[in-house]
Amino acid sequence: MTRRLSGFPASIQRGFRRNVHRAAAAGLLAAALAIPGTAALIAAPAMAQETPVRGGVLNSIVQPEPPTLMLGLNQQGPTQTVAGKIYQGLLTYDRKLNPLPSLAESWTVSPDGLTYTFKLFQNVKWHDGKPFSANDVVFSTSKFLMEVHPRARAAFSRCESIKALDDHTVEFKLKEPFPAFIQAFEVSSAPIVPAHIYEGSDYRANPANNTPIGTGPFKLKEWVKGSYIQLVRNEDYYKKDLPYLDGITFRVIPDAASRSLALESGQVQQTQYSDLEPFEVPRMKTLPNVTLTTAGYEFVAPMAWLEINHRVKPLDDKRFRKAIAYAIDRKFIRDKIWFGLGRVPTGPINSVVKFYDPKVTTYEPNLDKAKALLDEMGLKPDGKGVRATVKLMPMPYGETWTRLGEYLKQALGKVGVSVVLESTDAAGWAQRVANWDYEITTNFLYQYGDPALGVARTYISSNIRKGVLFTNTMGYSNPKVDELFDQASRENDPAKRQEQYSEVQRILSDDLPVVWLLEMEFPTFLDKRVKNANTTAIGVNDTYESVWLAK
Amino acid sequence: MMNSDFWRAFARNKGAVLGLAILIAIVVLAAFASVLFPGDPWEMATAPFQPPLSEDAMLGSDMLGRDIASGIAHGARVSLLIGLTSTAAALAIGVTLGALAGFHGGKVDDAIMRFTELFQTIPNFVLAVVLVAIFTPSLTTIVLAIAIVSWPPLARLARAEFLSLRSREFVQAAITTGQSNSTIILRQILPNSLSPIIVSASLMVATAILLESSLSFLGLGDPNAMSWGYMIGAARTVIRQAWWMSVFPGLAIVLTVLALNLVGEGLNDALNPKLARSRG
Repeated sequence: MTRRLSGFPASIQRGFRRNVHRAAAAGLLAAALAIPGTAALIAAPAMAQETPVRGGVLNSIVQPEPPTLMLGLNQQGPTQTVAGKIYQGLLTYDRKLNPLPSLAESWTVSPDGLTYTFKLFQNVKWHDGKPFSANDVVFSTSKFLMEVHPRARAAFSRCESIKALDDHTVEFKLKEPFPAFIQAFEVSSAPIVPAHIYEGSDYRANPANNTPIGTGPFKLKEWVKGSYIQLVRNEDYYKKDLPYLDGITFRVIPDAASRSLALESGQVQQTQYSDLEPFEVPRMKTLPNVTLTTAGYEFVAPMAWLEINHRVKPLDDKRFRKAIAYAIDRKFIRDKIWFGLGRVPTGPINSVVKFYDPKVTTYEPNLDKAKALLDEMGLKPDGKGVRATVKLMPMPYGETWTRLGEYLKQALGKVGVSVVLESTDAAGWAQRVANWDYEITTNFLYQYGDPALGVARTYISSNIRKGVLFTNTMGYSNPKVDELFDQASRENDPAKRQEQYSEVQRILSDDLPVVWLLEMEFPTFLDKRVKNANTTAIGVNDTYESVWLAK
Repeated sequence: MMNSDFWRAFARNKGAVLGLAILIAIVVLAAFASVLFPGDPWEMATAPFQPPLSEDAMLGSDMLGRDIASGIAHGARVSLLIGLTSTAAALAIGVTLGALAGFHGGKVDDAIMRFTELFQTIPNFVLAVVLVAIFTPSLTTIVLAIAIVSWPPLARLARAEFLSLRSREFVQAAITTGQSNSTIILRQILPNSLSPIIVSASLMVATAILLESSLSFLGLGDPNAMSWGYMIGAARTVIRQAWWMSVFPGLAIVLTVLALNLVGEGLNDALNPKLARSRG
């Protein structure tokens, strides 16, 4: 064949030959694919690539742009995702919320549940080159976080003493058993900050807040406000050969459509939390270059509900709240409003959180039961079929929540509960809910891995605090529930704890202080070349020390 | 006699007749919305994301399964209601202030005009957004907000008319016969200055409808009233999957505003015979 072409210039011949070869190779490949037995042979080279390789920069999105990267001072979602690569906690957690090493190499808990001892990694250095020691941990947990971090304060105020036994050993002694304590060392719950920079200074005004110094595998190189945050490899990281990546760049993309486009075009290799709107997920799922997962949010485990002010009649009657629950189709909410993201809840505890128990009263959609309950209360339909009128103020957190409000109005209307929608902005919403100036609203809270940390706060009567958001704003009070949550938080025996939490779940799902709507899931999209990312319960907020990019 | 003159002049403008026809169709649609589409436009009547020409949704359904056609019919009520009432409110404020300024002149005129300028220097839409956001969105607050941002041009127009008519002989005669100021304003000057005010009011209805749509688009509409702007605002995010959710309400807005503008032009021709004659 080549001989016949001898009259053509050499370059054209070469080109032609190359094309012939390529065509032949493609043909062979097609033939091989057609025979099932050979599939393994083709997959083999891909398998060989699973050994991590050094190098490459991972691009992701940060949305909205965080006000600071000093994680001790600010724990908003975007701050956590970026600063989780710079700062570290003592522990991280697997998908089942069991502790894994981070700054602590190993740890022991005394049998009485009162003493927690952590052995720290050796040779850890701060990003400014100073050595890290147990003293930094003691300073962070007993001084820094106690002053600036409410969630950490709630945990560490239970300590009688926090001591450095030597340079690499820290001992926490509790006043009384608090088994959820082991969940309190996650990077956003208790980020370890450098004592040599913050000790004795005004923490919030320290100039170093603009140039965060952590121990993590990545350092802040450049932050161009409104454009990007560039992290680079920490060459002095204490784990040999880690991290694999040369850096991570978080791009600030305020427009939702542009964020979708950035992932579609491959400009970013990762999106997380609410970067993409739920309605984009079905479309993005079909892209060939990315994979979707909803894992990696087990630690936050958000639960969405209909929050009901018990100070308003007839909302104080649990039959009314049950009627509402029977009137709502939660599968519709999950499938049509959240486009399939999330799980239908059974009770107060998210099913991925410890001590979840599905054996509780559940409320399948049933309009007849709802009407029967309202009849029983004496709420008969008037001439227009209206039994009661309530005001619903949907959470102003974007249009998914607006759609939810519209759905709820229709769903409750079907059983004669007329809903008047109230609209408000984010600040107004927070102010009105915190001050109990609402009838019904929608809301969601993170559960932080343990009922004692993220669930009890919504239902115990000691947490009815006017003016404070994310407390027991409904004004629900049941002494038995208070007692069970209190006992369970101090119980060392996991079996007994389970019993107490199971009972409290049974009581709550019958009292129905709020109507649980959705165990929310966030979509994480990862480019198929990104390996080892999102492996723990804090998912995209973890250090990414062993994440690597396939070539 | 006067009537047939008016209609002849109006009908000479073919566009105006077309506009009037469209406008009547929209009014009929709004009036018979409950007959054509019984039930609540918010009702999730069918499966979500149904394309147009589906069995139970002529123009398709939205992301929660609400009928787009029903939304457009019921939305026409809200749009027309807000357009008319807010224009009426703006007329009340604008013409009153303009008349007082033009009739009395001097310090009263100065004071009123400085006050008007105060409003004219603030961008219309921004002020409307702020007002609605402060007073929480409802039909009443939206009507008031639109009226508050729309009256200044009417005030200026009324003032100019009053200024020029005030020095006419028939007004002077009325003053000499001892008629009271209010009688002169209401009986003598106002009827003679109505033509330009009517024309600009008809255009203002169109502007008000656009303003309401823009507010609803931004999520500042009355959350309990179905409106065209709301439909587009809610559907814009899924426009790549479902064009019909935003296109049909968009067409409804375009047609209504176009019709009102055409009618306004026709009114101008009919009520301003000098201009009409010079054209004809």
